[in-house]
Amino acid sequence: MAQKDAPATTTPALPDGLVAIVKKDCPTCVLVAPVLTDLADRSGLTVITQDDPQFPQDADWVVHDTDLSLSWHHDIETVPTLLMVVDGQPTDRIVGWSRPEWEAFTGTDSLGVDMKQWSPGCGSLSVDPTIAEQLVVRFSGSTLTSRRVEIAILEDEWEAMYDRGWSDGLPLVPPTEARVLRMLEGTTRQADDIVAIVPPDLVECTVEKVAVNAVMAGCMPSYLPVVIGALEAACTDEFNMHGLLATTMPSGPVMIINGPIRQQLQMNSGVNVLGQGNRANSTIGRALQLVIRNTGGGKPGGVDRATQGGPSKYGLCFAEDEEGSAWESLAESRGFTQGQSTVTLFPGEGPRVFVDQQSRSPESLTKHIALALRASISPRLAMMFDAALVLSPEHMARYRDAGWDRSRFLDEVSGHLLLNGDDIVRGSDGIEEGMPEFLAGSPVPKFQPGGLLVVHAGGGAGLFSSIIAGWVTGEIGSVPVTKEIIP
Amino acid sequence: MTTVLDPTGELSPQTRQRVARPESLEGLTIGLLDISKPRGDIFLNRIEERLTAKGATVARYKKPTFAKPAPIDLRHEIASQCDAVIEALAD
Repeated sequence: MAQKDAPATTTPALPDGLVAIVKKDCPTCVLVAPVLTDLADRSGLTVITQDDPQFPQDADWVVHDTDLSLSWHHDIETVPTLLMVVDGQPTDRIVGWSRPEWEAFTGTDSLGVDMKQWSPGCGSLSVDPTIAEQLVVRFSGSTLTSRRVEIAILEDEWEAMYDRGWSDGLPLVPPTEARVLRMLEGTTRQADDIVAIVPPDLVECTVEKVAVNAVMAGCMPSYLPVVIGALEAACTDEFNMHGLLATTMPSGPVMIINGPIRQQLQMNSGVNVLGQGNRANSTIGRALQLVIRNTGGGKPGGVDRATQGGPSKYGLCFAEDEEGSAWESLAESRGFTQGQSTVTLFPGEGPRVFVDQQSRSPESLTKHIALALRASISPRLAMMFDAALVLSPEHMARYRDAGWDRSRFLDEVSGHLLLNGDDIVRGSDGIEEGMPEFLAGSPVPKFQPGGLLVVHAGGGAGLFSSIIAGWVTGEIGSVPVTKEIIP
Repeated sequence: MTTVLDPTGELSPQTRQRVARPESLEGLTIGLLDISKPRGDIFLNRIEERLTAKGATVARYKKPTFAKPAPIDLRHEIASQCDAVIEALAD
């Protein structure tokens, strides 16, 4: 933050020459107290004391680091630390007590000859867990503008967040200023940049608000650019997050991650890819939903009118297994390069398994996949909803062995997805739901052109894939949107 | 004491007074907004008949899609042309 914004507090200069940083509440500092006095007498030294202003003694060469500003800004982690300072900045440092090291560092012989040779240092007061967070807030030049909500001492902070309606039902990490500042280190964007106008309340959502919700979701700072990219994609007119939120259908924004960021964030694209257990997968999708809920104001029972809802509404996010795939990645098929990190949003419900343990030819497997896809949303409805197919490695092997690429698969599967209008029009086969009667006698494609997304992911064993049914497609609903993830 | 940052949009909604309920429909212009759900027109056609019979003038409007909020121009159009509006869901 300090590099990005005009810092409210600049790094204070240290006194030039030899400087020791100590605290009285450290046995090693107490041990070396006579050495410090000796050095002050013999070669000149400034002692900066963190706790007791008269430690090691009341002298003009002892300076009290009252607010720990010197220790914090100069990254002191251990006491004692000996520094060599030129023009106010440390040029060299050693930590703890070691007679040979101290003698070499200070150019002074016979230091503490009666003492033991070596003693490890203690933690600097400026990194003490009970105050480190306050120091980050105090010295980082924070310009955060979100309202501060004080949770009383006797209040349980987790319960307090539930009480304020901020949770999706699961516990939240308290978004303290220090945590939000740390989260913001994950992006090069300014905290006050507007990321998107978030529905349903059409709120101008800043990077800061995304960071607050990302903290609550349990994200690490490195995940923040993905959450930002996903929010940008969600709030486009094409993706239509408002409609997806307000619909009575059980769909939510499903996030598919491509490119190098998958490895950087150690995302899961393998065993249990659509399930629990990976922090990035679990919290990135959740963070997007928390932004919609909290910043956008979209809550179940409010503008969110889902009749039954589904697990994807907690946030379903996963990575494609690009390395194990025989095909170009989803992102490449959508015009991006292998070197770009992207997030693709698909409006989808929870995944449903597709089992085929017998097909050994790509023809058989493709025909069977098409049959399963016909049931997506309803076997009686066509061209209104997209679908995403998450192809497992063992199913992908059929296509690799046969030399089929992505476009060959899509061509072949489309051929098996022409429905007979007679079978699906309203009233046929004694079922009132269906397509309009004028389609009787015509072949009807199950999906609109481009309405089937295919992603490769999953563990190495198991002849199962998954189908994620979509929501209303096209201009009247939502279409998948891919955005590059910008650090 | 823990201090946390507010994750919400921090909106403070304005309270506005409702328009007074009209004594009668006679001479009023009533907007009928079809949200483009199937068969919404069947419902609104019947409402139009009933309103016209009571002496109201009816103006019909339609959202491009039920899946998105009404465009702001359409909302202005209705607000400037009508005394009241009825919005129809359907299915």
